[in-house]
Amino acid sequence: MRIGVFICHCGSNIAGTVDCPSVAATALTYPDVVFATDTMYACSEPGQDAIIQAIKDKNLDGVVVASCTPRMHEPTFRRTVERAGLNRYMFEMANIREHVSWIGKSKDLNTGKAAELVRMAVEKLRRDKPLIPKRFETVKRVLVIGGGVAGIQAALDCADGGQEVIMVEREQTIGGKMAKLDKTFPTVDCSSCVLGPKMVDIAQHPNITLYACSEIEAVGGYVGNFQITIRKKATYVNWKDCTGCGLCVEKCPSRKFPDKFNENLCNAPSINIPFPQAIPKKAAINAESCIMLTKGKCGLCAKVCPVKCIDFEQKDELINVDVGAIVVATGYDLFDWHKYPQYGEGRYPDVITSMQYERLLSASGPTGGHVKRPSDGKEPKNVVFIQCVGSRDKSVDRPYCSGFCCMYTAKQAILTKDHIPDSQSYIFYMDIRSPGKGYDEFTRRATEEYGAQYVRGRVAMIYPKGDKLIVRGADTLAGTQVEVPADLVVLAVGAESAKGAVQLGEKLRVAPDQYGFFVESHPKLKPVETNTAGVFLAGACQGPKDIPASVGQGSAAAAKVLGLLSKKELESDPAVSRVNPARCVGCGKCIQTCPFGAIKAIEDRFGNPKAEVIDTVCQGCGICTVTCPQGAIQLEHFTDNQILAEVNALCPPKMFANYE
Amino acid sequence: MFKIAYYPGCSGQGTSLEYDSSTRAVCKALDVELVDIPDWSCCGSTPAHTVNHVLSAALSARNLAQVEVMGMDKVTTPCPSCLTNLRTAAHKMEDPGFRTKANALLDVPCNGNVDAQSVLQVLTEHVDLELIKSKVVKPLTGIKIACYYGCIMNRPPELMRFDHHENPMAMDNLMTALGAEVVPFALKVECCGASYGIPRNDIVTRLSGKLLDAGRDVGADAFVTACPLCQMNLDLRQGQINHALHEKFKIPVFYYTQLLGYALGLDRAVLGFEKLCVDPRLALGKIKQPAQAR
Ligand code: SF4
Ligand code: SF4
Repeated sequence: MRIGVFICHCGSNIAGTVDCPSVAATALTYPDVVFATDTMYACSEPGQDAIIQAIKDKNLDGVVVASCTPRMHEPTFRRTVERAGLNRYMFEMANIREHVSWIGKSKDLNTGKAAELVRMAVEKLRRDKPLIPKRFETVKRVLVIGGGVAGIQAALDCADGGQEVIMVEREQTIGGKMAKLDKTFPTVDCSSCVLGPKMVDIAQHPNITLYACSEIEAVGGYVGNFQITIRKKATYVNWKDCTGCGLCVEKCPSRKFPDKFNENLCNAPSINIPFPQAIPKKAAINAESCIMLTKGKCGLCAKVCPVKCIDFEQKDELINVDVGAIVVATGYDLFDWHKYPQYGEGRYPDVITSMQYERLLSASGPTGGHVKRPSDGKEPKNVVFIQCVGSRDKSVDRPYCSGFCCMYTAKQAILTKDHIPDSQSYIFYMDIRSPGKGYDEFTRRATEEYGAQYVRGRVAMIYPKGDKLIVRGADTLAGTQVEVPADLVVLAVGAESAKGAVQLGEKLRVAPDQYGFFVESHPKLKPVETNTAGVFLAGACQGPKDIPASVGQGSAAAAKVLGLLSKKELESDPAVSRVNPARCVGCGKCIQTCPFGAIKAIEDRFGNPKAEVIDTVCQGCGICTVTCPQGAIQLEHFTDNQILAEVNALCPPKMFANYE
Repeated sequence: MFKIAYYPGCSGQGTSLEYDSSTRAVCKALDVELVDIPDWSCCGSTPAHTVNHVLSAALSARNLAQVEVMGMDKVTTPCPSCLTNLRTAAHKMEDPGFRTKANALLDVPCNGNVDAQSVLQVLTEHVDLELIKSKVVKPLTGIKIACYYGCIMNRPPELMRFDHHENPMAMDNLMTALGAEVVPFALKVECCGASYGIPRNDIVTRLSGKLLDAGRDVGADAFVTACPLCQMNLDLRQGQINHALHEKFKIPVFYYTQLLGYALGLDRAVLGFEKLCVDPRLALGKIKQPAQAR
C-alpha cells in the first residue's frame, strides 16, 4: 500500500503550537508511507489540488490528512480523494487542532502527540477497504405532522414545489394555537384573517391530503422510504358527506362539556364544529359526553342531519402511506399554572391564562369579544398581567425563556385599552425581551400610548378581597412591596413541549431534550434537520417560537424536503454493520440491542437462525458490534481489527515493545 | 396508644398556658401519650440563631439529646417556633463537622437522630380523622372559622415536610371534621409580624391587621391558630391594632386545641378560654347546642 500524509498548518491555528514539518518528517518513517508534507491550508483550493496532484504523481492508494475535526472537513477531503480517482473510504483524518494545538501549550509535547495521532490514522488506513454505497429510489411524498402555522407553511411550500403532501393533525381542525389568537403582535392584525386563507389553501390544494382527528400510529422505514401508519380516530360523523351545515350542533341537547377550543371558558355541545373558519369544516362527536354514546339514547343529531352522515357505530381507522420525508411541526403546549399555589391553584375564577384572555378578546370567542370576567360577567377595570409564569423559573423546572410572552402581554395590554378605554393595565415583569423586528417599538407603545404600567418584580401571591383580587408583589426598581387590587388577573403562561411529543419522538427516532423539545442536528448550521435522515423540524416543537419564526422554519424545512426529494436516487452510507454468517450463532442479542431496529432474524438455508442487517436502516452506531458475543457482527470501516490497530499504534502491546 | 416525647416550650409555661394544657388534654383524650422531656431547656427561640448558629443549634440539640437518652426517636411540640429550632438543629447535626462543634458545648452528645413534629402533624398523621369524628360530643356546627397557620409551620417545605407550604389543610380538615364551617381564608400562611411586637409595633399592627381584615371579609366568627406568637399578635394586640388602624375588630383567636377539646367535651378548666383577651363567648354562642343538651 502507498500512503500519503498531509500535515495542515491551519494558518497559525495548528502551526502556532505544533512543529508541522517535523510531524511530516516523522510520518515518513511510518510503514507504507511513501509521501509526507506539510501544507498551509489543506482545505483550500490549492491545498486540495496538491493532494490530488500527489495522488497522481506518487500513485497513492490512500491519504491521511492531519488537520481540524472530521466533523468540519471529512466530507470535503473524501470528495477530494474521490476526484483523484480513489475510493472515498481510503481516507483518514487525524484531528490535531481540537485535540492537540488548541488544548496544549507545549510545542514539544504537541508535536509528539500530533505525530502519534497521525500514526493511528496511518495504521487504520492500512486496513481500510474501498466501500461502495448502494443507491435507492425515493418516494415523492411528504408527511407533515401537525397543522399549526409552521406545518401549514411547510405543507404549502412542499405542495407548491410539486410534492404530494399528507398532513396529519390530531385536533378536529388545523390552525393550531394561532387560530385561537385574537390579534398578532407587533402589527395588531387579526390572526384568523392572516391564517384563514392559508388554511383554506390546505383544504383546496390538489397536492395536499389532510387527515384531521388523526395521529401517527407507527413509523417504519428510512429516509426516502418511510412507511407510516395513521390512526384516523372515530368522529362518529361520515366526513365524506358532512357539509358542515351545523344543524346538528344547534340541536344537540348535551352541552355540559368544557369547550376546548375556547380554553374551557364555556361549554360546547357534544357534536361540534370548533369555530366558523375550521378546516376541515366538519362536525365531530365528543364520545365522552354524547348522550347517545354514553347512555344509548338521544340521537337527535342523526334525526336532523339533512345528509344522514351521523354514524354512531364508526370505529378508528388505520391508514398506511409511504413517504420520502417527514416534517414534524407538533408545536407546543402552555404551561399548567396550577403548579403555582401562590396564584390560587385555580381557586379564584378571575385568575385566567393568557390564552383564555385571547378567547375573551376574540370576536369569535365565548363573549363575542366583550371582555367579561368569568366570576360575575362584569367588565374589569384593573387588569393585572403577570409575566414569566412557567418561564425562567427553576422551581417549576422551566428555566428557559418562552420567548414570546413579553410580546403577547404587551399586545393584550394594548387590546385591553382598546376594548375598555377607562381600564388600567399593570404588568409584572422580570425584564422585557423584545428583540424581533418592530418588537421593542411595540412594547414601548404599550406604555407610552396605552398607559400600561410596568412593574418589575415577581408576584408573591394573589388573594381575594371582596370582589377584587389583591395582587401582592415586589417592585424591585423602587425597592418596595406593592399591592394592586385587580378585577382580573391574566397569567402570561410560558411554553412547554407538546403533550405526547416524547412518544412521537420515539416513533420517529428523534431525540427530545430534557424539556421534551426535539433536538435539531446542529443549533446553528442545521436548525431544521434532525439526526434521523429525512426527518425535519418546523416551529415550536423544536423550542418556543413566535409566528414569524415558526413560519420561517416551516419554509426552511420545506426547502430541505424539496432538496432531498429532487434527487432521483439517494445513496446509503456503506459504513454499516455486516453479519458474518459463519460466526453468527443466531442468539439475537444484536436484534435486542439495536436502537434503530436495523437487524432482523433470518434462517439460513439449513434452517439455522441468523441475524441480518438492513443496510438502509442501520445508522452505523456500532452498538451491536460490542454486544455480539461471537464478534460476528462488524461495522464496516470500524472493524475490531481497525480499531485495535489504532490502539496498538498508540500503546504498543508489551510483546511488540520487547520485540522492538 | 401512640407514645411520643413532648417538648412544651417556654411559651407553654407562660404566655400560652392554655395551649399547653389543652394540648395535653386533647392528646390524652385521643390516646396519644405525651412523655415530658426531663429537664428540658429553652430552644433559643427567635434571638439565638441570629447571634450564633452553633450555640443556637446546641440549645435545641440539648433537648434532642435528652430524647435520645429517653430511648425515643420522636418528639412533638405545640409551638411552630420551637419546632423550627428543633428541626433545624437536627438537620444541621447531620453534618459531622457541625455536630462536633455543637456537641462540644453539651454534656450529653446529640446524634441528631430524633424527628421533631408539631402536635398538629401528630394529630393529622397518627390519629385517624374518623376516630376524632366519632369522639365528638359537642359538634361545632354553626361557627365560621378562619384557620391561620402562620408563616413557619409549613415553611420552608424542604425542612418542615408537613402539609402544603402555600395552602395547608390540616387544621381546615380537623375543624371541618368537628362540624365547624371553615371559611376560605387566603392569608393562612402570611406573617403576622412575629416578634416585631416590641421593636416595631407598627409592622405587627399592619400585618396582623391585614389578617383580621381578611378574616372579617370572608365572614369568620373566630380564628384558630397553632402558634403562640401568632395567637398573641392577633388576640392580645387586637386592641393596639384597632387603635392604630381605626378599626373595631372583635374576633376571638383560639388555639385549635381549645376548640378540639371543646368539641370532645373536655373539662372547660383545662381549655382555658378565660385566658383569651378577646371575649370568645359571642363566637362560642354561635355553636348550636345539641338537642338533648338543651
Ligand atoms: S347523539 Fe350525541 S352528539 Fe348527537 S345530539 Fe345527541 S348528544 Fe349530541
Ligand atoms: S418572553 Fe418575556 S415574559 Fe416570556 S419568559 Fe421570556 S422574559 Fe418572561
